[in-house]
Amino acid sequence: MKYTKEEALIHKEYHSALCELLFQLADDDFILAYRGSEWLGLAPHIEEDVAFSSISQDMMGHAVIFYGMLEDLGIGKANDLAHDRPAEERKNAILLERVNGPGTYLHEPHYDWAFAVVRSYFYTGIKKIKIASLKNSSYIPLSQAAVKIEMELYYHLLHWKTWFTQLLGAGGEAKKRIEDAMAAVFPDLDGVFSFGAARTMFIRLALITSEEEIRQEWIQMMRPIFESLGINMPNSFGLESGNGRDGVHTEDLEAALKTLTEVYRIDQTASW
Amino acid sequence: MNLKEKIFDALHKVKDPEINTVSILELGMLEEIEISEEAVSIKLLPTFMGCPALEVIERNVAEAVLGTAGTRRVEVKFIHHPPWTSDRITENGRQRLKEFGISPPPNHISETGEWEAECPFCGSIYTTMENLFGPAACRSILYCRSCRNPFEALKPYPR
Repeated sequence: MKYTKEEALIHKEYHSALCELLFQLADDDFILAYRGSEWLGLAPHIEEDVAFSSISQDMMGHAVIFYGMLEDLGIGKANDLAHDRPAEERKNAILLERVNGPGTYLHEPHYDWAFAVVRSYFYTGIKKIKIASLKNSSYIPLSQAAVKIEMELYYHLLHWKTWFTQLLGAGGEAKKRIEDAMAAVFPDLDGVFSFGAARTMFIRLALITSEEEIRQEWIQMMRPIFESLGINMPNSFGLESGNGRDGVHTEDLEAALKTLTEVYRIDQTASW
Repeated sequence: MNLKEKIFDALHKVKDPEINTVSILELGMLEEIEISEEAVSIKLLPTFMGCPALEVIERNVAEAVLGTAGTRRVEVKFIHHPPWTSDRITENGRQRLKEFGISPPPNHISETGEWEAECPFCGSIYTTMENLFGPAACRSILYCRSCRNPFEALKPYPR
């Protein structure tokens, strides 16, 4: 069965599962788009600065769509959902909230480009698989938005794949740093696949396919690339820092929220 | 002129806030005009989801239509179905873009993996894609090897 907004508003169980999924999707894009924006002016070269900020802008646009759907479902204003929820209410994966590296944007930002490449590449690939599945979601507005988002993701994935393969292919320090970044990303990668406690509901209500299927599809997509670059895919990933879908988060998220809501908090009723 | 024609006329005057030679109609952003006794409802397709100009466009459309709608309410809404694709840009729109110095979306040649775009300044197709991502979400950066000018093209958006 397919649901319109009006139908989703009537069915209590469907409404609650749908909102849970939308929060996960929105919060993931929102926080990683923010981390991307912190690279502005710091990316390795000017073309990359343009590309990365454009990608981050697209991602923030996707978050806006998901928050907008939550607004349509009566949860609150999109702007407030983005700005006015404490860390423990956020559903993003912990991997995505982690800082870009030592320092802060304003003070000695010694960010790790290899970490940015690996995190962005892996996240974008997983997101693409989720979005492809969402094209068949039982929630009609979500299935329609997914078609559009998928087109934009095509370029994002191409972009990160280029960085990933070129840095690994270059050998030497570039390869070592990408490998170090992978060693930092894999132990928390399961957090991106996870749907948290709502996982069985999502499937039963045909909102999205299962975590396991998404994981298998991603491994299948990545395996030939890993093989051609002579690197190994680990047998399992991890959830070492905890599961963000359950509201577990780190200091990194607290600090990010404090910074990104600074202007919002000055005047919450201002329109921009 | 009936009301629908008047609305079309008004919409023709609403330009892209960043490319003021081309109207939102020429960009193919209009999906539907619905006229009832009480309201005029305009449904638009966003070119890119994160486009910061969407709110400006929404406001400009509402203002433009308000003058023709009489006592009717005016509603402007962005919808995501069908998705906007770059082939919705009209022939006129492609001309207007070139006048502004922006090339229409390049074609991807799958055999060679290369992009074919015409330089808006000299018309040469001896051009290269420098960066798929440009100064706005909807644009790419290219370079013309004939007249040696950098130029922008609308980002290709395959169906």
